[in-house]
Amino acid sequence: MAETILKLENIIKHFGENTALKSISLEVARGEFLTLLGPSGCGKTTTLRIIAGLESPDGGRVLLEGQDVTNLEPNRRSVNTVFQSYALFPHMNVEQNIGYGLRLKKLPKQEIAQRVQEMLELVQLQGFERRMPDQLSGGQRQRVAIARALVNSPDVLLLDEPLGALDLQLRRQMQQELKGMQKKLGITFIYITHDQEEAMNMSDRIGIMNAGEIVQLGTPDSIYERPNSRFAAGFIGQCNIADATVLAEENGLLRLRLGEGEVLASGSARPGNTGALCVRPERVRYSLSETGGFALDGTIREYSYTGGTLRTTIVADGGVQFLVTDLGEDDERLAVGTRVHIYWDPKKAVLVESGANADE
Amino acid sequence: MPMNSRKKGGVPLAAVPMYIWTLLLVAIPLIYIVGLSFLTKAQTWGVDLNFTLDSYRKLFTPSYLKVFGQSLYVAVITTIAALAIGYPFAYFTSRLPKRARSLVLMLIIVPFWTNSLVRIYGWMILLRSQGVINGLLISLGVIDSPLKLLYNFGAVMVGMVYALIPFMILSIYNSCEKIDWSLVEAARDLGATRMRAFWSVTVPLTMPGIMAGCVLVFIPSVGLFFISDLLGGAKTMLLGNLIKNELLVARNWPMGAALSVAMLLMTLGIITLYKRMAGDKELEGLL
Amino acid sequence: MKKRIGTRSNSPFAVLYIAIILVLMYLPILVVVAYSFNDTKLFHWAGFTTDWYVKLFRNRTIIEAFWNSLKLAVLSSLSACVLGTMGAVGMSKRHFKTKGMLENLAIVPIMVPEIILGMAYLAFFSLVKLPFGMLTLVMAHTTFCVPYIYINVKAALTNMDPSIGEAALDLGASPTRAFFDITAPIILPAILSGTLLAFAMSMDDVVISFFATGSETSTLPLQVYSMLKMGVTPEINALCTVMLGTVFLLVALSSLLKAGRARGKQ
Repeated sequence: MAETILKLENIIKHFGENTALKSISLEVARGEFLTLLGPSGCGKTTTLRIIAGLESPDGGRVLLEGQDVTNLEPNRRSVNTVFQSYALFPHMNVEQNIGYGLRLKKLPKQEIAQRVQEMLELVQLQGFERRMPDQLSGGQRQRVAIARALVNSPDVLLLDEPLGALDLQLRRQMQQELKGMQKKLGITFIYITHDQEEAMNMSDRIGIMNAGEIVQLGTPDSIYERPNSRFAAGFIGQCNIADATVLAEENGLLRLRLGEGEVLASGSARPGNTGALCVRPERVRYSLSETGGFALDGTIREYSYTGGTLRTTIVADGGVQFLVTDLGEDDERLAVGTRVHIYWDPKKAVLVESGANADE
Repeated sequence: MPMNSRKKGGVPLAAVPMYIWTLLLVAIPLIYIVGLSFLTKAQTWGVDLNFTLDSYRKLFTPSYLKVFGQSLYVAVITTIAALAIGYPFAYFTSRLPKRARSLVLMLIIVPFWTNSLVRIYGWMILLRSQGVINGLLISLGVIDSPLKLLYNFGAVMVGMVYALIPFMILSIYNSCEKIDWSLVEAARDLGATRMRAFWSVTVPLTMPGIMAGCVLVFIPSVGLFFISDLLGGAKTMLLGNLIKNELLVARNWPMGAALSVAMLLMTLGIITLYKRMAGDKELEGLL
Repeated sequence: MKKRIGTRSNSPFAVLYIAIILVLMYLPILVVVAYSFNDTKLFHWAGFTTDWYVKLFRNRTIIEAFWNSLKLAVLSSLSACVLGTMGAVGMSKRHFKTKGMLENLAIVPIMVPEIILGMAYLAFFSLVKLPFGMLTLVMAHTTFCVPYIYINVKAALTNMDPSIGEAALDLGASPTRAFFDITAPIILPAILSGTLLAFAMSMDDVVISFFATGSETSTLPLQVYSMLKMGVTPEINALCTVMLGTVFLLVALSSLLKAGRARGKQ
């Protein structure tokens, strides 16, 4: 991994009775695009505000370029923020907004003007210098907010749901642009969103947060393919999640009891343990003849076709429901009610949250 | 930790002067009045430091009770009249087109800024025996000799309502403006007549404004002594006039203080009642 | 034509009603203005004159009272502006136990009938042996002016997006710098309109001044009050007209400020 630029060590934060952050630890590499993804109230904005210095943690340390900045005021950190509400200064025009940070640094006027111009070019707002914030559209304000933060060449740029207020189309376009800017400037981005698709699109790594903790941290692929919890599996993409009991270990795979059937999956657990089996809908296969080494049968309950994907619901014996997606290219569909074998590539299914069953 | 207090606090020190000022010139004088009300009037001037409940006992003698009653009566009538006249005005105004609406609002706010004495004086010109109204009526031949319009209870009421009605109009207007008119349309759609829809939907929805308006009219109306002085010829004795007389004519400060305390309690009672009913919707919003 | 069901339409009756009330509202004011140009001490119309204005400006007592009032209003609205603005800024983010109590106490002066405050000052200033006059007047007026500014500025601060101030810190401004660069310009219109309102209220006040001043110092409203009680001379009409004119100017000024504030909002 590349050199670490930002490190959080056991950050704890309480708001009165509520614990906002339980113990957050995180290392971010230089030039990385890291996304904190989670439902609202999971503590992602608080984490961001602690990095910016707008909140102080009740415990733990924040290290920026190896320096402890935990108690450093926000104006003394080389970190800038793009706020969710954009927070443009309403009484300053676009040029003054973008140049504010540079003016505070007392740079020569000419240099300020030049760098502001470069930024306007980067965010494609040339010619808008004299506009006031209330004369701009949402997307334009967004660009000004980004330019205002980027112009200071921060070590780390923090973005708090910056695209939340934009409509879908503009949002997709801005995702591309943001990613492009980040690549071009090589600045470390820490990005907050509750939109999993946005996170998958843009990030080098994603940290999934829930209830004040980072549940899983990894590349989009690894999180998608190998979720480590029900929450992570359910929050990113769609997932079939079912309770299962470990019967045996076979060749590095687990043989599991699932309802009335037996299936294979990866993971590490001992026989007798229980856990949650997670398998993505597009990984599930069904067939009249093949079994894939599984002993799981079920009945086709219904089909639905949604532009490009065919979604099939199959109820396995024992009551577990499976959602199966494929491209729907087969000309002949099996009739609803047909009995089929269900199976998948065991490497693409994972048992999570396994442990000894308390009942036994 | 200094860090922590900065994050939560902004610049709390800035509030200190206002804090001190308020304690010194609001809290202490009011507490002093309460103390004063338990003392005895001195023979010559000022007060003696003898604790007594005499002033409060005197409050319950018929002559004082009568003023209390009269003052409340004036306040109640003023409030009802202001509501009856102000409600339709605010309601109609809220349904005007945008430009007309802001013009009318502006016209209501301007008198509120002008000197109240000047406006009361205007009524004196209008009402007095050789005044505008009598002059007009005589020249039209409606009456032969001037009517006695000034220096009576009616004139006081006109002055009170006139001086205080902007409060009523503005607070009801604020409520009307927030009404979701589709609710009224829904009531009409469900078969309610215009009147029925008005009483069952519009009035309950504007209740917060009605209550705020009533409080804002009622409270000052017990104390505006100069209106009854000028328009009532000092014949209509209100609580305000009584306090003024106790202080400046009878020089009985404990009595004046006791009256003030009674008035203060009444005011606080009304505000508390209002806050409880309106769920702490702030009266401040109206300024 | 079929009667419209649209609930947002007004009948001609409604418009008439609004007009009648507005006429009643302005009638007394217009009468005062008209009489100030009436060439007689009596009450019939006897032709146009500006004599009363000439007399007015020769009346030393009135001129003195006017200057007193102006001095008083300027001093109290400015002191209240400082106290109220600092108070609102200081208390905007901070939550401490006595905050609610202090806030309630701070707006007491405009919530209770004026006469109570008047009585309180009469008693309190006698107690501490302050000589009644301009000093006591300024203290009393400042007190009831503070709430107008405090409430206005507090509302402006509440409406302000808190991340705007944070953005300034984030971009490298110290808290003090952020306040003067960002917060102050944004709340300035609220400060000004609050101060103007306080100024108008101070110029208008009869009841509290009545108790808080001594025999030496009179204000314009007190002067008008005593003239009205003594018996009327048309100079009063002229005086009232001048006062009305001043207020209309102030109102125009403040609505310009409000328009400016509306433009400043996102």
